[in-house]
Amino acid sequence: CEHVEQVRLLDRFSNKFTNGTLYLTATHLIFVESSSNNSTSILHHHIASVEKLSLTTTGCPLVIQCRNFRLVHFVVQRERDCHDIYSSLLRLLRPVSYQELYAFSYNPKQNDQQREEGWQIIDLGAEFERMGVPCDQWQLTNVNRDYKVCETYPRDLYVPITASKPIIVGSSKFRSKGRFPVLTYFYQEKKAAVCRCSQPLSGFSARCLEDESMLQAISKANHNSRFVYVMDTRPKLNALANRAAGKGYENEDNYSNIRFQFVGIENIHVMRTSLQKLLEVIGTRSLSMSDHLVGLESCGWLRHIKAVIDAAIFLSKAVTVEGASVLVHCSDGWDRTSQVCSLGALLMDPYYRTIKGFMVLIEKDWISFGHKFADRCDQLDGDPKEVSPIFTQFLEGVWQLTEQFPQAFEFSEWFLLQIHEHVHSCQYGNFLGNNQRQREDLRMRERTHSLWAYLMSEKQNYLNPFYSLAYSETHPVLEPSTLPYHFKFWRNMYHQFDRSMHPRQSILKTVLTLRENSREAEGTLQALENVSLYTLMIYEGPMEQSLDVHAAPPTRCDPHSLQLQHPPATSRFPHSWGAYKPQRSAAAGGGGRAGGGGRGGGGGGGGGGRGGHREHRHGEESGGEQWQREQEAELRRAGRDTQQRVGQRGASCCQPGVWSGAHDLLRPNRGIVGY
Amino acid sequence: MEFAELIKTPRVDGVILHRPFMPTVEGTLCLTGHHLILSSRQDNAEELWLLHSNIDSIEKRFVGSLGSIIVKCKDLRVIQLDIPGMEECFNIASSVEALSTLDILSLMYPFFYRPMFEVIEDGWNSFLPEDAFKDLETMTDEWRLSDVNKDCTVCPSYPPLVAVPKDVDDDTLRKVATFRHSGRFPVLSYYHKKNGMVMMRAGQPLTGTNGRRCKEDEKLINATLRPGKRGYIIDTRTINLAQQAKARGGGFESEGYVESIKSNILQESLIKLVEASNWQTHVKEILTTACLAAQCIDREGASVLVHGTEGTDSTLQVTSLAQIILDPACRTIRGFQGLVEREWLQAGHPFHHRCAQSAFSNSKPRQEAPVFLLFLDCVWQILRQFPCSFEFSESFLVLVFDHAYASQFGTFLGNSTAERAKLSLPEKTVSLWSWVNRPQELERLTNPLYEANSLVIWPSVAPQSLLLWEGVFLRWNRSSKCLDEAYEEMVHIIEYNKELQNKVNSLRRQLAQLETEDPLLQTLE
Repeated sequence: CEHVEQVRLLDRFSNKFTNGTLYLTATHLIFVESSSNNSTSILHHHIASVEKLSLTTTGCPLVIQCRNFRLVHFVVQRERDCHDIYSSLLRLLRPVSYQELYAFSYNPKQNDQQREEGWQIIDLGAEFERMGVPCDQWQLTNVNRDYKVCETYPRDLYVPITASKPIIVGSSKFRSKGRFPVLTYFYQEKKAAVCRCSQPLSGFSARCLEDESMLQAISKANHNSRFVYVMDTRPKLNALANRAAGKGYENEDNYSNIRFQFVGIENIHVMRTSLQKLLEVIGTRSLSMSDHLVGLESCGWLRHIKAVIDAAIFLSKAVTVEGASVLVHCSDGWDRTSQVCSLGALLMDPYYRTIKGFMVLIEKDWISFGHKFADRCDQLDGDPKEVSPIFTQFLEGVWQLTEQFPQAFEFSEWFLLQIHEHVHSCQYGNFLGNNQRQREDLRMRERTHSLWAYLMSEKQNYLNPFYSLAYSETHPVLEPSTLPYHFKFWRNMYHQFDRSMHPRQSILKTVLTLRENSREAEGTLQALENVSLYTLMIYEGPMEQSLDVHAAPPTRCDPHSLQLQHPPATSRFPHSWGAYKPQRSAAAGGGGRAGGGGRGGGGGGGGGGRGGHREHRHGEESGGEQWQREQEAELRRAGRDTQQRVGQRGASCCQPGVWSGAHDLLRPNRGIVGY
Repeated sequence: MEFAELIKTPRVDGVILHRPFMPTVEGTLCLTGHHLILSSRQDNAEELWLLHSNIDSIEKRFVGSLGSIIVKCKDLRVIQLDIPGMEECFNIASSVEALSTLDILSLMYPFFYRPMFEVIEDGWNSFLPEDAFKDLETMTDEWRLSDVNKDCTVCPSYPPLVAVPKDVDDDTLRKVATFRHSGRFPVLSYYHKKNGMVMMRAGQPLTGTNGRRCKEDEKLINATLRPGKRGYIIDTRTINLAQQAKARGGGFESEGYVESIKSNILQESLIKLVEASNWQTHVKEILTTACLAAQCIDREGASVLVHGTEGTDSTLQVTSLAQIILDPACRTIRGFQGLVEREWLQAGHPFHHRCAQSAFSNSKPRQEAPVFLLFLDCVWQILRQFPCSFEFSESFLVLVFDHAYASQFGTFLGNSTAERAKLSLPEKTVSLWSWVNRPQELERLTNPLYEANSLVIWPSVAPQSLLLWEGVFLRWNRSSKCLDEAYEEMVHIIEYNKELQNKVNSLRRQLAQLETEDPLLQTLE
């Protein structure tokens, strides 16, 4: 581990700076502030570029641009040190084989069984069953069991029952990269299917009878509609240009019962340039309002996001309103097609708006269908022209929807940001490589861990407190507005690490903390109610020991001592968010609506939702003394617990474990209720 | 003059009302002296009551014999009324046009409005300068309340009582007034309790081309500085130069003289709302200047004098926003009312002139400008960044905006305290604050997330941190149902939490009481 002292970290947008020491480990670059011991650590895989600027009077500047949009500007006093760090980073930056990636050395202290369980959280077979597939019209095919028909598709594929093996194989030969039409989402209510594929190799006039039969089969599988929509998500011009290369799009004359439609989403190169321009604009120091607005407009980024959402809305309407099946493709069917299919499904199906469902959606439309994460996210040293923020765009599309429908999503934007972080971190195996076959070859499930397991364990941090199941029931299909002002700049994504940009207080965080407080208070209340019952009881019986309610200082009874505590004035950012681990979530009754049960309770107290904990222990309660001591201990703990919590909030750090005592508080009520 | 003369057709049946995101309503249209009313005459059906003074512009369209009028309001709402019959349509349109442009203050609705609610506290007496000065006296004795302007002759736009440095007598003030635009001599705007620094405001000095000086003016300004301390003068007209426009006021003697830089003007007025990008630019600039003023006071421990041209527009934006940043009291509902009274109404912001027209008006703008709205927008931006530090919610700001432009209350009528006194507004009209300061209204306007925050709150003024105030600019053009429901949910979560905490606390107290009351327990202890 190399380290360099007297390094200056400059603030990106002001003249402020901090001094500290820079450490270079095998996986991270870490800056430790000398005054506060605060540290900033940057995973090598997150670094997109390192630049050494020319020497200044204060030292040698080193600018590091990260894929999670963090930009750090160090000034190293001695040029030699700077050069050492620079060249080490350059070496570490460009892994050439997958084995070098962090995921293969990352060890979260889990045994093989836990690791395996983590990988089993998402089961796509179960997901298709949830949609109602296989059914009388759709079946599982084994043609791709050995990746022989299409090596970028998963093994398990769903096709219309009338699509025979020769049709499938014939169709795949007529499609770019062999990506023939397969089912990705089934809208059970109308038996309408969303299928995906790549462009046909039609050139100017080529036909393929099997491919035509394939589309016919998709059409026939849906009795609600006489035709299938074919959505070519590219601009028409791009599709036309592809014809010269022997590719292209479906000719409506050759395919019976199709309705062909261009959607006009730009290609990966346009998107890459657009994001670069956006980052340039927002990275400008002392940016004026008009430059900001003009820059936002001219980089076109939000326009591209809108195009993707427009396409998803078209898809969702065709399926849910018209009951028609839709076949979506672009060129290779792994970028725009993934965006449109997944966002469309998100609009149609409330399940995908839950935490688990969203993981399933990404696993299905992105990971299993072969979005080239390795190439697009630049995991290995490769072709820079293959890099493109397609997945980032998808996440942003989801974010724009969460802004319009604050109650429709179980997760908050921190969930999206965390996924984005790990798509680039190469810390988990999920997103490594370009397709499932590659992942199997690399034995990812045996050698790396699953991000989904980690996110599930952290679920509490990603909940949207405004999520409403009732809303999902009344609004199964979302109909977003695409008026221009609904597309906003996602500050928390692109300025995630620029502290000065953010609101100093966050409603989301405050409300989450309140929810957690409520859960705490429910427990404390229960315990107190029990104790007061007990206190009343002892008036009638002999008193053998004092009931030391005041074991803690009298301030405990101060009405303010349990008041809601707001988070500290400085906002907490997603990367430090990880420190916030309320441990009681599971005990409090499965998250989600745990607070909801007691809301209507009124005078009844928090007892309503806790039925499960009640057990009658008549035998022991009359035993008296021992139980009584237990009670006192509980009571003291209740007091101490509260104090700790309040103190802690004030001190702005919440450690795991400290709150867990509250669960124990519930224990004595087994006896009390019986009494 | 009788209103009846202006109303050519008082009533039309079969009128259809169109509003965005709302079902159309068919009903009877009635015109009264102050209102345009559409009633469907059905129980529970919503009626439209629109103050004529809220109407900014009106357009007519005809298709066959069916006429439509499009009414654009100062609160940025646009509605369409389909009126059967050409003549009726013409009559309605011209009547509304005449009624909505009446420029006779004494005929305005507040003079006719009788409150249907019980006035708990008369808002006209809630924020008197003498009361504000009493608060100041508890903190410092360096200021006095001067009545030099008691008949409003020294400065017509100032109130009769103003706070000035104790050592400066009224004669000096009179002389200074001649050196300042519109007689607006420097007066106290804000006293920063934490370090005793002050913020003053004034009109621009009339230095002229030959750099005229005024000894009394310099004396007054120096009187606000501590020995050996420097002060800042912020000229709101140019932000860059304002930073350099520092007054050297060191020492006991006034060795430096006050230098004001006259230069290109930050247009205080005539910002058309439609150009949203420009609007946002102004939001950023005003906030930046307010932060600068606050920074001088709080961080650098220096006193500040703020002025623009007249000192009635951007000056007030800056001084009032700086107070929002510095003073937690201004972030309460009552404190904000006090701020609007002190820094806008009593400070002589010409509300009547500025709010006569709004964004949709076709008429040539004279003295109209959404200066006050710009201020409210800036407050909203800070509120967005510190959602837990304000006692009021966004709806309070929207309410104040609405009433500044059209209201049944007299608060925002007139251009100055003198004008208000002449119109006998306190006697003849009801104050907006009388309406607001009642429990049921306060409850509606309270921010459920509020937790008193005694700190100075520094907003981010980066363009990425500033947002379009949808609650005002898109209020009538979006369906806010989803957002409202989420807000409700938030209120539920907060209330449930409070309820629980209260229960826990009361049980704690009961237990403690049992313990002290029970002799058995005590003897055992």
